[in-house]
Amino acid sequence: MTEKNATPFAADNIVTEDEKIKRRRLLLGVTGVVGGVSVAVAATPFMSSLRPSKKARAAGAPIKINIAGLKPGELRRDVWRLKPVWVFGRDQEMLQHAKSQEEQLTDPASTASVQPAYCQNENRSIKENIFVAIGLCTHLGCSPGQATNKKEGFLCACHGSRFDVAGRVFGGSPAPDNLIIPPHRYSNDDEIVIGEDDSA
Amino acid sequence: MPEQKASFGDWLDYRIPWRKAVRKHLSEYYAPKNFNFWYIFGALSILMFVIQIVSGIFLTMSYNPSAEGAFASVEYIMRDVHYGWLIRYVHSTGASFFFIVVYMHMFRALLYGSYRAPRELIWILGMLIFVCMMAEAFFGYLLPWGQTSYWGAQVIVNLFSAVPVVGEWLSETIRGDYAISGATLNRFFALHVAAIPLILVILVFLHIVALHEVGSNNPDGIDIKKNKDSNGNPLDGIPFHPYYSVKDLFYATGFLILFCLVVFFAPEMGGYFLEYPNYEPANALKTPDHIAPVWYFTPFYAILRAVPPWFGIKLWGVIAMGLSIVLLFAMPWLDRGLVRSIRYRGWWYKSALIFFVISFFGLGVLGVLPPTTGRTIFAQLFTVIYFLFLLGMPFYTRWDKTTTPPERVH
Repeated sequence: MTEKNATPFAADNIVTEDEKIKRRRLLLGVTGVVGGVSVAVAATPFMSSLRPSKKARAAGAPIKINIAGLKPGELRRDVWRLKPVWVFGRDQEMLQHAKSQEEQLTDPASTASVQPAYCQNENRSIKENIFVAIGLCTHLGCSPGQATNKKEGFLCACHGSRFDVAGRVFGGSPAPDNLIIPPHRYSNDDEIVIGEDDSA
Repeated sequence: MPEQKASFGDWLDYRIPWRKAVRKHLSEYYAPKNFNFWYIFGALSILMFVIQIVSGIFLTMSYNPSAEGAFASVEYIMRDVHYGWLIRYVHSTGASFFFIVVYMHMFRALLYGSYRAPRELIWILGMLIFVCMMAEAFFGYLLPWGQTSYWGAQVIVNLFSAVPVVGEWLSETIRGDYAISGATLNRFFALHVAAIPLILVILVFLHIVALHEVGSNNPDGIDIKKNKDSNGNPLDGIPFHPYYSVKDLFYATGFLILFCLVVFFAPEMGGYFLEYPNYEPANALKTPDHIAPVWYFTPFYAILRAVPPWFGIKLWGVIAMGLSIVLLFAMPWLDRGLVRSIRYRGWWYKSALIFFVISFFGLGVLGVLPPTTGRTIFAQLFTVIYFLFLLGMPFYTRWDKTTTPPERVH
């Protein structure tokens, strides 16, 4: 009986004070790591609940815009993912005018701007007579209006940024980049689908 | 000045004495060394409070407090918000678990006489927390705007119309309308998410400050401050941190496993945590066949129903229910026993407490069930026992043959 009781005490005596401190540190470390992981796991659902809900994502589905009879200089507006989407009619005169001002642009080849690959071209469009863009200034997100002379493009009333008819920003504007172009495709000659393209 | 760089901790400590606070409340708060299982429920109550606050904040972000949008927004949370179902089930299960741990915490006080001098104020602050929790749970239950929400609120608010003369005016003022309506929902929302939680935070703070001033009771009911070492620390005390912080952390882990089991596998708990009629939108024209409060209210609800309307006045039930809670506040003065802990009390208190627990559970069960004549008689019997436990306390605690507690914890 005495032997049974004595065993744990004997083992206790072998362990040095340094060893005890090391063991305690290990336990503290393990508890800290497990606790930290638990907190991170528990925080995950709360953080993901802050992301756009399934309802918001469903509301962000692609939209269709009718472009039948779109005239040069005409701007049709719609809403996709709560952002204004522009469909703008252009003719050769406007495009030539824009080309003549190219040296004044910040990013004429759209290398630093956001657009699908199929719109990273001179006119920033699939068809050169139709320009599609998100109608929000890349400075601080106001929606620009059309210039009085429609071939001059667009002017943002908030801080004076100027964009040409291809949504390219003029140098000296507070906006750093050209207007963003959303993914889009032509479902037929009279209709554009915004929010999806042929690559998907 | 000696050449020594002050740490950020020093900088802060010079401006706000956080080290002193840590010492006073954690590393040098001496708690009796003989705490047992019953002493985990205070810490668990704080844990539940934090869980309720955090999950509640996230629910508020997606909830729509209006009669038109409330029900749909709860469905939206359940279906469309990422993990919204989890956050809502944590909050609804959390309400029930909060009451479970608080009831255990209160029962601990009855077992070991923790409410007695010099801890009367701790008990009163705790009772105020309990009353606020009941208000918080009641206001929160209206928010999903389901059938149980609506008719439960209707019944409880109408209790106030039992008050003579001003009753009708009072219940109309509480509702802000002639019946429960969007106006009621919006004010209950304000009370549930802002007013009551603020009061609760203050009360919990005071509860803990008051406790740390006089020190914790223990299962032997001994005053550990009577025997101190040369440093002035109680010989039978150990620092809260790390001894009890580690113990509480261990039990909190086990408790959270239980909590998660319910959240993930039985969030409705067979209709006791979330009642089935509440999955139907509020309908002012049709009361569900059976309407009962959530389980944590049912003991008091059963007392309300058990008291008959003597002389045609329905107020008696309301008074009895009110008294069943108000009398608990007076326990520090009702108890005249010579010892604190049940370990050294005689059979009088022991049997009184057993009867009280049986009647409390009995009332709880009866409060869930629809009333029948037989059940009402039982509810009346349990109500009488409930009040005898409290009102008889000054007498039977004196008659009790107590034994002398030891001088020291061993």
